[in-house]
Amino acid sequence: MARRNPFHSEAEAFRWLLLTIAAFAAVALASLLGGWPVGLPVWIVVTAAALWWYLRPLPDDRVPQAAAHVGGPGEKRILVVANETLASQELLEAVGRAAEGYKAQVLVVAPALNTKVRHWASDEDSARADAQRRLDGSLARLAGMGLEVRGEVGDADPLQAIEDALRMFGADEIVISTHPEERSNWLERGEVEAARERFAVPVTHVVVDLDADATS
Amino acid sequence: MEAHAAEHDHAAHPPAANASSGVDARVLGMLLFIGSEIMLFGSFFTAYFFVRVVNGYPWPPPEDHLPVFVAGVNTVILVTSSFTMHWALQSIKRGNRAGLQAGLVLTLLMGTTFLLTQIAEYARVGFAPGDNAFATIFYCLTGLHGAHVFVGLTLLLFTAIRAFRGHYSPEHHHGVELSGIYWHFVDVMWIVVYTTVYII
Repeated sequence: MARRNPFHSEAEAFRWLLLTIAAFAAVALASLLGGWPVGLPVWIVVTAAALWWYLRPLPDDRVPQAAAHVGGPGEKRILVVANETLASQELLEAVGRAAEGYKAQVLVVAPALNTKVRHWASDEDSARADAQRRLDGSLARLAGMGLEVRGEVGDADPLQAIEDALRMFGADEIVISTHPEERSNWLERGEVEAARERFAVPVTHVVVDLDADATS
Repeated sequence: MEAHAAEHDHAAHPPAANASSGVDARVLGMLLFIGSEIMLFGSFFTAYFFVRVVNGYPWPPPEDHLPVFVAGVNTVILVTSSFTMHWALQSIKRGNRAGLQAGLVLTLLMGTTFLLTQIAEYARVGFAPGDNAFATIFYCLTGLHGAHVFVGLTLLLFTAIRAFRGHYSPEHHHGVELSGIYWHFVDVMWIVVYTTVYII
């Protein structure tokens, strides 16, 4: 989620300076007229207004992205996005259904999920290695189904990973696999709904309960 | 030997990450810088707050007088230098090298004037840092800001030297941009310091 950064550029910093001059002129004037009992509330108000302005999320003005269909009418490109549920039977069946009746090409993207601290420190080696391991298992099973399939490790943000993939792979359908609602971070953050809003490509959501699969 | 060289080459150039949402190193660096500055100035403003508001210490004490007018003129000079800095960057963005050079020289001159005036006022103000709590906080806050001005002037000096040696172009002027950001930050901090120490 984008936010304003007063130090993003010289122009932003200059604008911040002008706002500071205006704000502190108001504080100084209030203090001169009414002492600190007037100056302090003015300072609190302008500080709160500045914090609100800089910390509020910028509107997402991106238009829904549609990937152009590549290939003939009998061909279909399917983008699969999943992580821990990559090798599940439910996902494989969903991809099989999506590919049915078509000469399908499948791109599997495994977002390199990472902890916040490691993400901020740009330490993503282990996250990418884990994602690659899961991806390899999934690719082998999909290839075993006779599909033309390839895979890549994507951005930690699943929406960004989809956007990155769509730039190189004009998908006709996106299949997103998640855990059930009670243990899915992606569902908690509304990633599937956000993907439906952002991308003008049909999105199929597959829910995989790995615990139930393990006990059955 | 070749295998070793190839291995070394691979280690020196890791594959490009696909993470376009990752935190940009420059943004992370700037955020860490802002965080450290907030803590640094914040500690001094906390001391100011405790001395003046919590303990009700008279500000300034009756025997001391702050050079409000001179500091006000100095404030105008420093704020004006931000405008010339902005002009310098806008000039190089339009390919106007003379404007870049003039803007940087004017900014340097005004920044130097500010710093020299501040030092001259220290000599004339009539109280020393160790005299009382007010004097300590006054010298700490204005001195800390003065140190930042000195760093900014150093950056500007190198930027100006590069500008006169033909560096920077409408496409490549990152050095001017970064110096400008720092200079505006120094100005913003002075407005906060001037308002709280001299005016309120």
